[in-house]
Amino acid sequence: MRRLVRLVASAPVHLFLVAVGLLWLLPGVGLLVASLRSAPDNARNGWWNALRHPHELTWSGYSHLLHTPRMVHAFWNTVLITVPAALMVLAIGALAGYALAWIPFRGRDWVFLVAVALLVVPLQVALIPVAELYGRLGLYGRIPGVVFFHVAFGLPFATFLLRNYFAEIPGELLEAARMDGAGELSIFLRVVLPLSIPALASLLIFQFVWVWNDLLVGLVFASPEAAPLTVAIREQTRQFGSNIDVIAPGAFVSMVVPLVVFFAFQRYFVQGLLAGSVK
Amino acid sequence: MVLGVLVVWPIAFTVFRSLYNRSGDAFIGLGNYRTMFRAGSTRTAIRNNVVWVVFAPSIVTALGLIYAVLTERVRWSTAFRFVVFMPMAISLLAAGVIFRLAYEGDPGRGLANALARAAVDVVHRPGPYPGARPADDAVLGPDNGGFVSKVDFSPRQPALVGLVGLRPALVPKSATAATVSGDGVVWFDFSASGGERGRLDPGEKGLPGVRVEAIVDGRAVAGATTRQDGSFAFDHPPSSPYRLRLSPSTFRSGFGGVGWLAPSLVTPSIIAAYVWIWAGFAMMVIAAGLATIPRELLEAARVDGANEWQVFRRVTVPLLSPVLIVVLVTLVINVLKIFDLILVVPPGSVQDDANVVAVEMWNASFGGGRDQGLGSALAVLLFLLVLPAMVFQLRRMRSS
Repeated sequence: MRRLVRLVASAPVHLFLVAVGLLWLLPGVGLLVASLRSAPDNARNGWWNALRHPHELTWSGYSHLLHTPRMVHAFWNTVLITVPAALMVLAIGALAGYALAWIPFRGRDWVFLVAVALLVVPLQVALIPVAELYGRLGLYGRIPGVVFFHVAFGLPFATFLLRNYFAEIPGELLEAARMDGAGELSIFLRVVLPLSIPALASLLIFQFVWVWNDLLVGLVFASPEAAPLTVAIREQTRQFGSNIDVIAPGAFVSMVVPLVVFFAFQRYFVQGLLAGSVK
Repeated sequence: MVLGVLVVWPIAFTVFRSLYNRSGDAFIGLGNYRTMFRAGSTRTAIRNNVVWVVFAPSIVTALGLIYAVLTERVRWSTAFRFVVFMPMAISLLAAGVIFRLAYEGDPGRGLANALARAAVDVVHRPGPYPGARPADDAVLGPDNGGFVSKVDFSPRQPALVGLVGLRPALVPKSATAATVSGDGVVWFDFSASGGERGRLDPGEKGLPGVRVEAIVDGRAVAGATTRQDGSFAFDHPPSSPYRLRLSPSTFRSGFGGVGWLAPSLVTPSIIAAYVWIWAGFAMMVIAAGLATIPRELLEAARVDGANEWQVFRRVTVPLLSPVLIVVLVTLVINVLKIFDLILVVPPGSVQDDANVVAVEMWNASFGGGRDQGLGSALAVLLFLLVLPAMVFQLRRMRSS
């Protein structure tokens, strides 16, 4: 009986949360359904009409996308930018974090402080100087240039996060390894890294999703030939009404990869994103 | 050293570059800043940035707080948090596409207007015959969206009311040929075979569902709704001559849709999209903060007789305030740099009305302006806007 009373009392809260949950799901479901409808259907009425006529749904938008060389090319560009950028940030960040946490050298605290300060420099401030620098180095418009920019902007955060995590590892563990005759490199590889899997995973996932979802850096530094998927889709959105059959499936494809990462590694994903929000 | 150069170099370079002209070969002092502040587009951008900073972070934080507190007592909170956090995973560009679709102006196509229409139609049911008007202006004149007769009708003689200006598709299929019976008839004074206006010609159909009232001395004394053949009979047949009124509810047109992406609404609409993306972030951070509040404090307040609202207001929120401030500051920094959504959600013609500093900076230096001097000046402006929040964030990180 008391449970029943409690249930009734909390009913408004449940109803509210269900309504909010639906409200949060609907727009995304809308894009998914719209991407599975033909262009004339989308032009005629809203996506929810397809729920009453499921036979309307078609893969044609996706097969059309597969036969649009620009979009396929852009998808591979995104992969070619994201994977190296994420791995490089992880590798360099881990080395720098280890050095800052466990190798005493002069000015160490200063280096760390600068890394923290870099964290908060808005990306926009670096666009023009780096663009001119790339122009001189011949990197402008090319994939390596885009990757380097992402690495440079990912490193301060990576260093900051990993140094703090590494510093928490008990010093005795490292001492013990040193006593057993292990060098710095093997301590780093055999002791520190295995103990830091959660932080490394969060960082890798955050960096991956961040670069995958980027539009601004790609827009500025990538030529049409090197443009990632986000830039290619944004090109299409200029004629939003007429080519929704390319935009909707394209946007959905660009969403699927981060969403799969989110489903698969929820905990690390949330941790990484919460930590990375300072950017 | 190298890192130090990395921080200082772009800032110094950008400040320096902002003092030079378009191509970078002539020093023009503060010329770019003057151009910048004179340009209407920059002023719009700054104004929009202010709107963003005032509304977006506070709405996101408030919603995050509400969701975090409410989900604390719900068994399926994980599922809810999962759903609300999901938009954080997708790109702002994809979110922009999602909302561009949802903000379609036609309620038949855009989700936002379809939901709005569903809500509005509950309160204000659209009438069956929007746009219809009397066939004979001498008999009936407009009255608050409905119509009222200019002449008196006699109680014993059926009133004939012909309506025109109606899309034939709006006449119900169940409507039958108009017949004169009872106290009168309302019919569609139009037929494919012609016929005379104001006269009930054979083949013309009655209009069912029209609400009519008999007015005597300015008061409605009787009412009726027309039947399938358009005829009606009053519930309290008037005994004296009366004026006939056709209720406005018959002619009310349906909800036409809100122009979410019209110049005046575009910024609030994009802010709503931003809230959809970031509420999950605020909720997660605040929920983590909530978990660290000792249960005993809340229990103690409840034992002292505080109700749930008082516990929330007097205990939970004050204890959470450090977390709330962190969320707020993080969002302010983020909002000042907002870029992708503004580029994707508004249609080309409204782009200027939704402008913000980050977009203006990109436009000036890369998008089309190709003026890196002006672009640098805008980058410096952006940097200065973000600086106070940045300093706060740095202090906090140093102390932790």
